[in-house]
Amino acid sequence: MNFLYTAYAATWIIHISYLGILVRRYKRLQTEIEDLKKK
Amino acid sequence: MKRAFPILAILTAALLSYAVYEGLIAAPTDKLQGDVYRIIYYHVPSAWTAFLLFVINFLASIQYLVRAKTRTDRLANSVVIAIGVAVCVSAYLVPLPRGIRPSAIATTGIACVGLYFLIRRFFSRENVDAVALVAAEVGVVFCTVVLVTGPLWARPVWGIWWAPGDIRLTSTLVLWLIYVSYLILRRFSSSGQTAVLAAALAIFGALDVPLVYFSIWFFRTQHPQPVIGGGGEMDPRMLHVLLINWLAFLCFGALTCWSRYRLEILRREVEETQALEALLEPRSPR
Amino acid sequence: MSVLSTITRATLAKDLRLEWRSKDAINSMLFFSLLVVVVFSFSFDPIAEESRQIAGGLVWVAFLFAAVVALNQTWARELRNQVLDAYRVSPAPANSLFLAKAMGNFVFVTALEMLMTPLFVVFYQLRTLGPAWQLIPIAALGTWALVVNGTFFAAISLRTRSREIMLPLLLFPVSIPAIIAMVNGTAAILTGEFSARFWIALLASYDVVFTIASLLLFETVLQAE
Repeated sequence: MNFLYTAYAATWIIHISYLGILVRRYKRLQTEIEDLKKK
Repeated sequence: MKRAFPILAILTAALLSYAVYEGLIAAPTDKLQGDVYRIIYYHVPSAWTAFLLFVINFLASIQYLVRAKTRTDRLANSVVIAIGVAVCVSAYLVPLPRGIRPSAIATTGIACVGLYFLIRRFFSRENVDAVALVAAEVGVVFCTVVLVTGPLWARPVWGIWWAPGDIRLTSTLVLWLIYVSYLILRRFSSSGQTAVLAAALAIFGALDVPLVYFSIWFFRTQHPQPVIGGGGEMDPRMLHVLLINWLAFLCFGALTCWSRYRLEILRREVEETQALEALLEPRSPR
Repeated sequence: MSVLSTITRATLAKDLRLEWRSKDAINSMLFFSLLVVVVFSFSFDPIAEESRQIAGGLVWVAFLFAAVVALNQTWARELRNQVLDAYRVSPAPANSLFLAKAMGNFVFVTALEMLMTPLFVVFYQLRTLGPAWQLIPIAALGTWALVVNGTFFAAISLRTRSREIMLPLLLFPVSIPAIIAMVNGTAAILTGEFSARFWIALLASYDVVFTIASLLLFETVLQAE
């Protein structure tokens, strides 16, 4: 039974981590855009 | 277009919650496996979504290569339509293995052709490369889910985490390896023509897939292995829940792809602007 | 068609002659394979009956690693002397170059296999219980499978960072069906329990599919470098 909940939890951990990676890259892009705008 | 994103997000959240409820509570318990079988509602839709994304990557890679010249582009269009027609016709003429219906193959063929022309209609040649990259990345994410939930399902049901001859899990592992190597190539390539090289690799990977399937299938006939999930007909109520979960994950996958695509387009614009800045910068006085 | 053969033959002859004079690739491949055989022999008891089952796999893993050593230096020489740029500019078809390189690698790896097989037989007391002649199509088709994809991916990885690791990284996943076929085919012949015919057919299909794909796409890859 634990396997069932572990599987569901693992699925969402993987998906949320990937979305987190995307958010971090977006933030880094935003700082680069700010740098470009300043020039 | 921008407003559609939050609407789709809310719809997806609703669908996912409904799907989880159906999967965990409403669906009947399996006679043989008990409640553990419910992993199927996450395992199989993720697999189908991953395969769909890899097909999109394959089609986008081909398009990136053939749309370089008008002649090859038009030739490719005709070839794609011809292959689609051939698949539909042969689905009804060629004897198929038990359990596979001709209509399923014909539908898949038509869907692939449709996808090809949809991609062509909505994405320019430069952006088609971004589509290929996004599809591969999100496909790898879903594929990872399949490979993690698979052993978690196998352990309580068979007693082992992994069976080397299990055709579906092993084929998925090889698929995962191929697309991870694709992503690594994209990251490590310092050529200006990364897209072309990656497209060539994607085509090789896609061609490999049926060969992988056959080699493992024959290995299995020589070394019989347990089959996960059973090959027989599914209880229609379970099938219903499975399809709901698939729809929910498709919407979720679409959201992720959309976000990743917008990020990629933005990243390319920033890179281009930075390159232009570097070119146009006046020399600093010494 | 005759133009294709002339260029292919000339390039192949050049590569073989260069290799014969310097013996770079063959020496490093030989020594590497020898090391692999010795290390493996410490990991498994070579006399036991079970090793007959594993020996097929061991042999091919050793050859696979050795082939990677050869493939890594396939294009290095061309890159050093700007031969690739000259080739790109010339009207010669890219396929001739590819075929010549692939055939050259095929010769090297086959030479390696012929030298290493007696060593394996000695170390692992190998006898074939099945039809031994079937080992020849398996070896030939399997080697070509590794070499044709390896030459293609070596060209792709030319301008990547960590070029040497990129080649096996790209090659191994795509080669898995061929490796499965080679290993199981060899095991089938060594143990005599199964027929290797399906594996030979699979290897043949694999070779046809990927030779055609490489020939179709190599021009694009060469221009892209």
